[in-house]
Amino acid sequence: MDALDAHRFQFAFTIVYHYLFPQLTMGLALLIAVLKYMGLRGNVRANESARFWIKIFGVTFVMGVVTGIPMEFQFGTNWARFSSAAGGVISQTLAMEGVFAFFLESAFLWFLLFGEKRLGPKKHFGAAVLVCVGTWLSGWFIVCTNAFMQHPVGHEVLADGTIRLVSLGAFLTNPWAFVQYAHTMVGSVVTASFVMAGIGAYYALQGRDLEHARVFLKVGVTAGAIASLAVAFPTGDLQAKLVAEHQPITFAAMEGHFESEEGAGLVIVGQPNMETMTIDNPVVVPRMLSVMTHQRWASHIEGLEEFPRDQWPDHVPLLYYAYHVMVGLGTIFIALMGLAFLLMRRDRLLESRRVLWALMLAMPFPYVANTAGWMTSELGRQPWLIHEIMRTADGTSQNVSGGNALFTLLGFMGLYALLSMLYFSIVTKIIRKGVA
Amino acid sequence: MTLGIVWFALVAVALGVYVVLDGFDFGVGILHRVVAKTDAERKTLLRSIGPVWDGNEVWLIAGAASLFLAFPTLFSTAMSGFYLPLMIVLWLLVFRGLGIELRHQSEDALWKEAWDVAFSGASLVLAFALGAALGNVVRGVSLNAEGEFFAPLWTNLLVGRHVGVLDWYTITVGLTAVSILTMHGACWIVDRTDGDLRERASSWARRTWVSTLVLVAATTGLTFIVQPNLAHNLSARPVGLLAPLLVVVALAGVRWSISRERHRRAFACSGAAIFGLLGSAAYAIFPMVLPARVAANGLSLEQAMGDPHALTVALWWWLPGMALATGYFVVLYRGLPATFRPDDPDEH
Repeated sequence: MDALDAHRFQFAFTIVYHYLFPQLTMGLALLIAVLKYMGLRGNVRANESARFWIKIFGVTFVMGVVTGIPMEFQFGTNWARFSSAAGGVISQTLAMEGVFAFFLESAFLWFLLFGEKRLGPKKHFGAAVLVCVGTWLSGWFIVCTNAFMQHPVGHEVLADGTIRLVSLGAFLTNPWAFVQYAHTMVGSVVTASFVMAGIGAYYALQGRDLEHARVFLKVGVTAGAIASLAVAFPTGDLQAKLVAEHQPITFAAMEGHFESEEGAGLVIVGQPNMETMTIDNPVVVPRMLSVMTHQRWASHIEGLEEFPRDQWPDHVPLLYYAYHVMVGLGTIFIALMGLAFLLMRRDRLLESRRVLWALMLAMPFPYVANTAGWMTSELGRQPWLIHEIMRTADGTSQNVSGGNALFTLLGFMGLYALLSMLYFSIVTKIIRKGVA
Repeated sequence: MTLGIVWFALVAVALGVYVVLDGFDFGVGILHRVVAKTDAERKTLLRSIGPVWDGNEVWLIAGAASLFLAFPTLFSTAMSGFYLPLMIVLWLLVFRGLGIELRHQSEDALWKEAWDVAFSGASLVLAFALGAALGNVVRGVSLNAEGEFFAPLWTNLLVGRHVGVLDWYTITVGLTAVSILTMHGACWIVDRTDGDLRERASSWARRTWVSTLVLVAATTGLTFIVQPNLAHNLSARPVGLLAPLLVVVALAGVRWSISRERHRRAFACSGAAIFGLLGSAAYAIFPMVLPARVAANGLSLEQAMGDPHALTVALWWWLPGMALATGYFVVLYRGLPATFRPDDPDEH
């Protein structure tokens, strides 16, 4: 493993691990606000349910904070040349996140966690809303930072390679960011709603806390059905079209589309073979890729062969698999939540043990889908750190050797293994204790 | 240049507020196992910082991100150069946070003891590390002609051309930080508790006041030796003398307030003393932002400063944003009970 790989792997590992927590807290903050609102309207069970979820939220939030702080610093520690060159642009949103989002969250989190008695129902609902706004703002600033790397706007590149901010407004209203934000946040709601429905299913299967299980399932399945649909249409669809338009090489690689053609087929499954530049054992829907991308049967889709090899993403098969795992899981989510929603409307969900089992066992998969989605986005951006401006290989800290980066990577792995055990044991304890 | 100085001041204030706020968390952590003897007392200390520590730590994030904003080159040079010690600090911050938040998750005595040790130990090393970091910046690092360095944890512990993170100067500054942050934490405990806790903390505040006085004096003297720029600034920019003056007045104020049992004022004075010390450190290196052991390789404010357009537009959101954040903190701290007692009903 050379220095570049060590730096990349460390950032990838720490960000993937970190994002396991915010993807739950951002979505959960919204669902908690919904539960608190139902509580305000007189639903006592919903308010008690909110109390339970606030406990889970609190532990998850702490994990997000402690794993998030290293992310901020890694821009400087491991990616010094990138930070030095692009700092004038991306530091704006990173600093905004601290100033506008983190202060808001951290100041009102405690009121949400422990302030219910002191504040009374209305103000406590207010605290839930403020924390939710804080977490969703934080998402905006980070997605905006990433969107600049995917699709740079509002800047100019100087002769010495420094990237200068020209328009803060353009940078903050990057069209890429709007789509990516919607897709990301809906994805976060998918995770939170699957977790809420999954715990509800667990209680229902155990025949305990049934009144609350009903509330969990009602909110979880309703939000889950809406979010599972919205993560595919319109947000996922729009995201794919943006990639097709602005990153055609990435688009060809993630779809497993090697040869240019009119009326391109959509690869559902199959293994990309980089030797023969074909898909092995393919299942293809004819013409579907052209239809989905341009709404025309015979539209032209450029294949990977069309582009110079040094501009291809460096892990084409991994990119392809990540994308297909995300899309495949997303499709299953729609089916499962759709079924659960129909059963719930007919008041038969609590008797359908098989569907309850499926909901409970489905809990980990939105995490996989969200991770695979981000892998698609970040592997797809390669070989660029900032699309068509700076290559990933040119962004590392030259003064930090591969050995040092590997040492800290292993350190993070050990530390995060410990965090996982702690988180798991505490959350299972809260779940076992129950709502009442 | 004016814009650079404005941002230098803003970033210094943000980071200074971080040290003053999280500093008392560290101090409480250092004293956690010596001042609080019983489980109820330890819970009390944790309840007193529980609502605020996370918010306090956000000042580090906001301060570091503002440093990145104003001085991108400084951020990337310093963060990559201090790679190893910084990573260790980040890991310790994880343990400190876990110690505070996980202790109450189980009634098992060993579990609690383990997190008490984690909280206390991490706080102690973090306080030392903050001081040592400041010492490194004041002393200067081994920047080469290309403007890069990579600091080993130590070399021969001497202040020479090739310095590590630890040497006799930075160790002294580290100990000074431990002392003054312990005093600061003791003042917080004195102000926010009563009974036995307050009494024990009060005696710690008096003791650490003496050690702080000795160490601050020693650090000041040693700084003249390792950073000649300080003597130069004294004659060229005498206005900066206000910072060390603030330290002297504030430290006197701490002692005076402790004797007269003006608890809130003692805490405010120890905060002001820390702020003054950080200001003095900034004054010692100004107009450098990262001095080098070979003076010519140092990174100056002008070289490190970001693009003027970016810094000008950033002022438009940074100042209102920080005013808003300050508002949240006023709400948060006002919402805290004036006194935390071991027999308060449990919130968890």
